[in-house]
Amino acid sequence: MFKNIMVPVDLAHADGLRRALSVAAAMARMGDGRVTYVGVTAETPTAIAHTPAEYRSKLEDFARQQGAAANIQTAAHACASHDPGVDLNDTLLAAAKDLAPDLIVMASHLPNLSDRFWPSHGGQIAKRAMASVLVVRPAPATEDQT
Amino acid sequence: MTDIPEDPTGIPLPDGPTDIIDTEYTVGQDNIETSIGPFGMDIHNPVFMISGLSIVAFVFYALALPEQAEAVFGALRPWLTSTFDWFFLASGDVFVLFCLFLIVSPWGSVRLGGRDAVPDYGYPGWFAMLFAAGMGIGLMFYGVAEPMSHFSSSLGGIATEGGARTDWAPLGAAEGDQAAAIRLGMAATIYHWGLHPWAIYAVVALALALFSYNKGLPLTIRSAFYPIFGERVWGWTGHIIDTLAVFATLFGLATSLGYGATQANAGLNELFGIPVSTTTEVILITGITAIALISVIRGLDGGVKVLSEINMGLAFFLLLFVLIAGPTVAILTLFGDSILSYLTHLPALSMPFGREDVNFSQGWTSFYWAWWISWSPFVGMFIARVSRGRTVREFVVCVLLIPTFVCVLWMSVFGGTAITQAVNDGVTAVANAPLELKLFQMLKELPLTGIMSFVGIVLVVVFFVTSSDSGSLVIDTITAGGKVDAPVPQRVFWCVFEGAVAIALLIGGGLGSLQAMVISTGLPFTIVLLLLCLAIWRGLASEPR
Repeated sequence: MFKNIMVPVDLAHADGLRRALSVAAAMARMGDGRVTYVGVTAETPTAIAHTPAEYRSKLEDFARQQGAAANIQTAAHACASHDPGVDLNDTLLAAAKDLAPDLIVMASHLPNLSDRFWPSHGGQIAKRAMASVLVVRPAPATEDQT
Repeated sequence: MTDIPEDPTGIPLPDGPTDIIDTEYTVGQDNIETSIGPFGMDIHNPVFMISGLSIVAFVFYALALPEQAEAVFGALRPWLTSTFDWFFLASGDVFVLFCLFLIVSPWGSVRLGGRDAVPDYGYPGWFAMLFAAGMGIGLMFYGVAEPMSHFSSSLGGIATEGGARTDWAPLGAAEGDQAAAIRLGMAATIYHWGLHPWAIYAVVALALALFSYNKGLPLTIRSAFYPIFGERVWGWTGHIIDTLAVFATLFGLATSLGYGATQANAGLNELFGIPVSTTTEVILITGITAIALISVIRGLDGGVKVLSEINMGLAFFLLLFVLIAGPTVAILTLFGDSILSYLTHLPALSMPFGREDVNFSQGWTSFYWAWWISWSPFVGMFIARVSRGRTVREFVVCVLLIPTFVCVLWMSVFGGTAITQAVNDGVTAVANAPLELKLFQMLKELPLTGIMSFVGIVLVVVFFVTSSDSGSLVIDTITAGGKVDAPVPQRVFWCVFEGAVAIALLIGGGLGSLQAMVISTGLPFTIVLLLLCLAIWRGLASEPR
């Protein structure tokens, strides 16, 4: 199946990624592939790290933990952006071009009115990336309880 | 199981050693993440609420009791600039000396962002952004007006009444001596637009960049005060500092936008006969805000930087045209003379004590210093945002010396042309025109008047847009507790809010009183800036070089 899977991650909201991370891990196990976690950080201090270098190190830790927990091969790819609030999609697409994944697994929120003004990142990546894109919505409440 | 590959396009590693400040505080820890309708928000509590509500309250006050507001703030500003003129002037000198010291000191080799950090922007983009945010529209209006004004008052000589000087000439004037009046007029103008204002911006920008990129603190004004207030900057001390900065930035931008629309309307009326009315001005503000909105939504690289570069390109084109179409030899001679007379007169112009030219030193210099200082949180923070990767020496040279050089060139070309027109050709239209029309009157004496005046109006609008978009980004970052990746609707909110405040004040009155209030914030900020010099000193001393 898929050998090179890219998963964009927001370390500040890692809880919201659980479902997408599980899906990516399952796909990787199925095809004996590798998951690369891609994170985008600002060059200014953030809630996660004081510097871009520290962010990269934390993303690498995150990849190691995911690899150990899911028993899969993982990698980390950190990107810095001047204005991540706006440049996130372009930065992720540039990363996708460099990493050349055959699948991108991306967590996304439930569609709402704001998507009419600012399309979701998942939607934009699916529209513009050359790779297959799997957009993973949040789990329904019943699934969360189980 | 984990494989960490080389990262050819990701973050350059390492950023090099820096002296990270050890604090328990993390960026955004006081933030509230919520939704207003479908729009996500990530705002600092309480800076966002206090700033927003107090701005609304002040606007209501100015609209409900315009006469009282005018009386209070209208009297406050001249009182501050005349009572504390010595303090403003002396502080300005301290900032310049401090910056010059940094250039030659060993700390000049400290790199913002770590020893191995790479600059985020190339020279053209970086310079365009800091210049567009720093000087903006003032160059368009005062480039012709100020040299002419100082030249005329110097030529007119000294006038006294009851032992006190009543003239507006700088220093001892130059009565009847045309050549000396031109030199003195240019020196006085460059004094107000050269080293001193840029030193003010450099101090604020350097403090913010240093404490954010090298010390790991949030990119917000309070962070620069960590060496002085310690952990208290995360409490109410910091809330007050950040709120004041938001306040000064938003009102500074909104009142400038209001006045700018009035001035642009007058220009359009003169050139195209478009009626001067509140409706036209509201349309202008709406248009400027709409373009700024597109710019902030496109972000720092896709919007603000692009517009700043367009701005610089247009400004350079206009400058080159006036230089070539105007009295080229006279301008170039004046350019050299202006630098020399600036350096010659600088010690006397910057003397804080024993001044006899009270109208000039209080009405012009002290007012300008308060104005530049009240804008410094906005411009400084924006410069800091785009200056990662520069060494302190490179930073100070580029923020202090190069813009000063460009200002001298700009004033020599525009002011020099207008003065030459008046002196050699006897043209009095520029001298007699109101402020907003002086540039266009000067262009009328040159070829291609229609096209170049249109370029002038476009430039006026673009200068406003570049101030509005960068200001909205700065306010958004401060009210998001230093987060630069807060949801986009927030920056949209501040951009629209700024336009709405400008329209409300334009229609209801109160532009003058609130602008006076903004300038009044220059006094507390002067104290703040002096403390920042101390903070930079301490911060740099602990940095690995």
